[in-house]
Amino acid sequence: MTLTLTVNGTERQLELDPRVTLLDALRVHLDLTGSKKGCDHGQCGACTVLVNGRRINSCLSLAVMHDGDEITTVEGLANGKPGELQQAFVEHDGFQCGYCTPGQLCSATGMLQELAEGWPSHVSETLEGEYGLTEAEISERMSGNICRCSCYPGINAAIRQAGERA
Amino acid sequence: MRPFDYTRAENVSDACAAAFAPEAQFIAGGTNLVDLMKLEVMAPGELVDINRLGLDRIEESDGGLRVGATVTNSDLAADARIRQDYPVLSRALLAGASGQLRNKATTGGNLLQRTRCPYFYDTDSACNKRSPGAGCAAIGGETRNHAILGTSEHCIALHPSDMAVAMRALDARIEVQPQDGPAKAYEMDRFYCLPGDTPHIETVLEPGDLITSVWLPAPKGTRQVYRKVRDRASYAFALVSVAAVIEMEEGRISHASVAFGGLAPMPWRDVEVDALLAGAEPSADLFDEAADILLQGAQPQEGTEFKLPLARRALRAVLEEATL
Ligand SMILES: Cc1cc2nc3c(=O)[nH]c(=O)nc-3n(C[C@H](O)[C@H](O)[C@H](O)COP(=O)(O)OP(=O)(O)OC[C@H]3O[C@@H](n4cnc5c(N)ncnc54)[C@H](O)[C@@H]3O)c2cc1C
Ligand code: FES
Ligand code: FES
Repeated sequence: MTLTLTVNGTERQLELDPRVTLLDALRVHLDLTGSKKGCDHGQCGACTVLVNGRRINSCLSLAVMHDGDEITTVEGLANGKPGELQQAFVEHDGFQCGYCTPGQLCSATGMLQELAEGWPSHVSETLEGEYGLTEAEISERMSGNICRCSCYPGINAAIRQAGERA
Repeated sequence: MRPFDYTRAENVSDACAAAFAPEAQFIAGGTNLVDLMKLEVMAPGELVDINRLGLDRIEESDGGLRVGATVTNSDLAADARIRQDYPVLSRALLAGASGQLRNKATTGGNLLQRTRCPYFYDTDSACNKRSPGAGCAAIGGETRNHAILGTSEHCIALHPSDMAVAMRALDARIEVQPQDGPAKAYEMDRFYCLPGDTPHIETVLEPGDLITSVWLPAPKGTRQVYRKVRDRASYAFALVSVAAVIEMEEGRISHASVAFGGLAPMPWRDVEVDALLAGAEPSADLFDEAADILLQGAQPQEGTEFKLPLARRALRAVLEEATL
């Protein structure tokens, strides 16, 4: 099937079997190997990308269902040089092996946007109002991203710093 | 994954007609179906994409709210009207899955998500739900995420949804467009089927039947609580969950609807529990009696016996919080 994806601002035409996931389309067909395959079943978050501004697990989504969508991968987060969030991950040791990091970065970008839109979370005291960048809020909102090296304290601190500066 | 044809439906009637074909299946968020297709637990020959049917709106209607079938779990949880008037639903949604998954998971797909029984997932194990007549490896096997109420000797799988539990407590109605004929609406207890000797039949839906929306009546109680108990603090399915919608008048419970997750093959509700609570003065004894009624017919396996005290304590805690 033929489809068009706008990936990191560039329009790309693809001819794909409907079985190809968005993750495989990005990695195998567009050679954007930043997005990682961890579990391939929605359980780890390594494959997180932004679709029309929202974070999703690209391993559980069929590429053909995204015809016309705008995709941002980790390659598209930085405009030539590391952004605030990436810099914060470096400063706070937000990784060790780095395998989960592209997913963490995309997820955190989407999460900060959700926070800016005032979405509550499971740990929010109330369903109304502003939610701060507390450790508990960040952990809960990032629970879909597993870090096998357990760099959670660094990831948490990095996201808080980037969020506060934004 | 087995090969399949993909169709993007443009309108509801085309979608229903396409999904009426043998081996055809709707796809919404894909977060459950794609997972199961990779494992070949499900192998539809055709997928009918329902994401562009305009079923993604939440509208005020008939004194309540009509939630389109493709409204995402994130959008539903964040909707101002849901947060204000149906907080138990926001809370249940926010307790489920992860931020990424909720951004894709839809209202209709969440209702129809399949069980998380590991034997259902493992195509080398016997499972009456996956292959009718094959037997049930869970009975007498390793159990934890399994039902203790409403089960049969053929299946002890449970319905894993959080959202559906809150909807059951809110008396939601599921609205369906059949492939031919007029639209139908089902109360949730009429929508889901108990396993009996046909555990592969989970709902009343016929081929080509599309869930178009869920209608929520005006809430019958302002005290709404959702409590989910699980193996880790986030990103895990419920071992037990309780949704309560309560109204109090002069120190007495004037309305109670309580629904349960993690216990049964469908979001569970026991009319006798609700009847006991209605009109009564809250007390520890009352809540214990409610738990006695809830659990009287429970049939746990060795691995799920812990759910008896857990369900009792969760129910008590939720009722205490809601009636305080
Ligand atoms: C790692 C992980 C953790 C999770 N944790 C939780 C949790 O804690 N709590 C929880 O509740 N859920 C949890 N989920 C499940 C998640 O909520 C479901 O996968 C999701 O709600 C399914 O919605 P969907 O739109 O993606 O459905 P799909 O995968 O698109 O479809 C599911 C089924 O519904 C059918 N269908 C979909 N829409 C319609 C319609 N409108 N009419 C008729 N048939 C339809 C499809 O044909 C398919 O059979 C988790 C999932 C994963 C992968
Ligand atoms: S690879 Fe997608 S969630 Fe693990
Ligand atoms: S840095 Fe190794 S998995 Fe997260």
